[in-house]
Amino acid sequence: MSTVTETTPAHPAPLASFWRDFSRNRGALAGLIFILVVVFCAVFAPIVAPHAADTQYRDNFLTPPPWAGGNDWRFFLGTDDVGRDILSRIMWGAQLSLFIGVIVVTLSLGIGVLLGLVAGFSRGLLDQFIMRLMDVLMAIPSLLLAVAIVAVLGPSLTNAMIAIAIVVLPHYVRLTRATVIGELAKDYVTASRIAGAGIWRMMMIVVLPNCLAPLIVQATLGFSSAILDAAALGFLGLGAQPPTPEWGTMLADAKKFVQSGHWWVVTFPGLAILLTVLAFNLLGDGLRDALDPKLKVR
Amino acid sequence: MLRFLASRLIVLVPTMLGVILLAFFLVRQLHGDAVEARSGERGITEEQLAERRHALGLDRPLHEQFLSYLGDVVQGDLGKSYVTQRPVLDEFAELFPATIELSVVAMIFAIVIGLPAGILAALTRGSFLDHGVMGAALTGYSMPIFWWAILLIVLFSNTLGLTPVSGRLDILYYIEPTTGFMLIDTLLSDDDGAFWSALHHLILPSIVLGTIPLAVIARMTRSAMLEVLGEDYIRTARAKGLSPRRVIWVHALRNALIPVVTVIGLQTGTLLAGAVLTETIFSWPGVGKWLIDAIGRRDFPAVQGGILLIAMTIIAVNLVVDLLYGLINPRIRLQK
Repeated sequence: MSTVTETTPAHPAPLASFWRDFSRNRGALAGLIFILVVVFCAVFAPIVAPHAADTQYRDNFLTPPPWAGGNDWRFFLGTDDVGRDILSRIMWGAQLSLFIGVIVVTLSLGIGVLLGLVAGFSRGLLDQFIMRLMDVLMAIPSLLLAVAIVAVLGPSLTNAMIAIAIVVLPHYVRLTRATVIGELAKDYVTASRIAGAGIWRMMMIVVLPNCLAPLIVQATLGFSSAILDAAALGFLGLGAQPPTPEWGTMLADAKKFVQSGHWWVVTFPGLAILLTVLAFNLLGDGLRDALDPKLKVR
Repeated sequence: MLRFLASRLIVLVPTMLGVILLAFFLVRQLHGDAVEARSGERGITEEQLAERRHALGLDRPLHEQFLSYLGDVVQGDLGKSYVTQRPVLDEFAELFPATIELSVVAMIFAIVIGLPAGILAALTRGSFLDHGVMGAALTGYSMPIFWWAILLIVLFSNTLGLTPVSGRLDILYYIEPTTGFMLIDTLLSDDDGAFWSALHHLILPSIVLGTIPLAVIARMTRSAMLEVLGEDYIRTARAKGLSPRRVIWVHALRNALIPVVTVIGLQTGTLLAGAVLTETIFSWPGVGKWLIDAIGRRDFPAVQGGILLIAMTIIAVNLVVDLLYGLINPRIRLQK
């Protein structure tokens, strides 16, 4: 006698299958872990940071790190020229950099997706107008355009964020429009149109969810470019103003110590920028591979 | 080909107009500010303010202002710098060769290293070398280049004393500018030392400026190469018994280069934007540093003219890339 057991092959849960693909990529995993550490530092900066961002220790100007010739273990990465703890400033700076990333990505993603949807759905004069406008923005190098916008608005962190959001807008608009046009040709869209779905329902509920994968990837990579551009503007004196512990601004402050051998003042803020940007790029690459096999870089 | 060129040029017209419109609104905003700012001065009456507005043409209707501005731009009149009182176009033309020289050398650096690195990574796919090259490329791509510049200065200039920190030429030499390109001018001057000095001054800035394009080129070359190596005609070439070297260098690379050429062209924008940072750090007397200085001095005509000219340069380069692409790949040309 044999018993027949019926087994239906389990349909893999989308989230589980995504995680299986994603976690296979060690670089992306490392990026994710590093970002979580940065987020932790940012959120709990008041608790984790050993000192306040702007407390000056007047007996400790330009103290080297204790593991590199310094003698004060209170300042693990040394102090700057006015006696502020560099490690604490980097931790508080993480708050700022992530904030910049969130605001810039939210602004550019929100407006970009809306414009892209409108362009993709209208396919007429409106589409032409939006896309030519984006061409204009694309014709000017991003940092240069950001510099120009900040020159008009005046140097500050808020204006730098607005400038960067405007500069990266075309990427989201073009991406959304291209994906929307691809989706519009599919049968399920025709079906819902026949079923009488209105234009808003078509845009937001029918089509948009199917365009999300590339947008999530772009938004992740957008974090890295936002952080990098904000730091560059800060470095040029056009972003956050001193004494804000923004990483780029810290580097601009520290520039004058390059010649005098106080390497720690310049090394660590830059390292923080590099590692955070790298982590977001690794995460973005990993998400792209896991979410969208078509885009996979072989 | 002519039709292809014409179709590309027509598409450019609205973009150009848009860029000019953008520059116009930027400068109008700033001119307005300039007048407002002066209203705080002592002894300035309402009439004098109105006169000033009239002199700048700010009292005319908006569309009239734009048309007259457009007319000026088309005739090559970008206004005069507030600071030097010289035409913006002349200042730009004087400094532009320095930026081009730096960008070209940076691009050569990026191609000479990026292309072989990408090919090598593709050929040794999955190996330690491949992972190393791709890891380095991603790091380079994520690099805050202003920090990278500082690190290189600390290492090569301050610690090892190998390279100069700033400028284009040692003060020992004076070279009469003929072409504006220091490498060419020094070669023409029959002074060997001057040429080597100019080359020496180019090393660090071009490494810094070339880093991101290098990373992009290496990544692009690798993926294009892998794509091509999977094609049927490569298998055919192998099956015919061609040597692996011939398959790779003649059959694969030529086709893989098409997207790479495009990426190289598109990197021009990155280069010019990067020049702003690189020139500021290395005190390189090019248009990038000039622009940042102009912003600092609130020299609005210079800012506006500079942005316009750089945008037009990029549009022109992209057009050339587009045409080259059509030349390499007939499918693109015939589609249109």
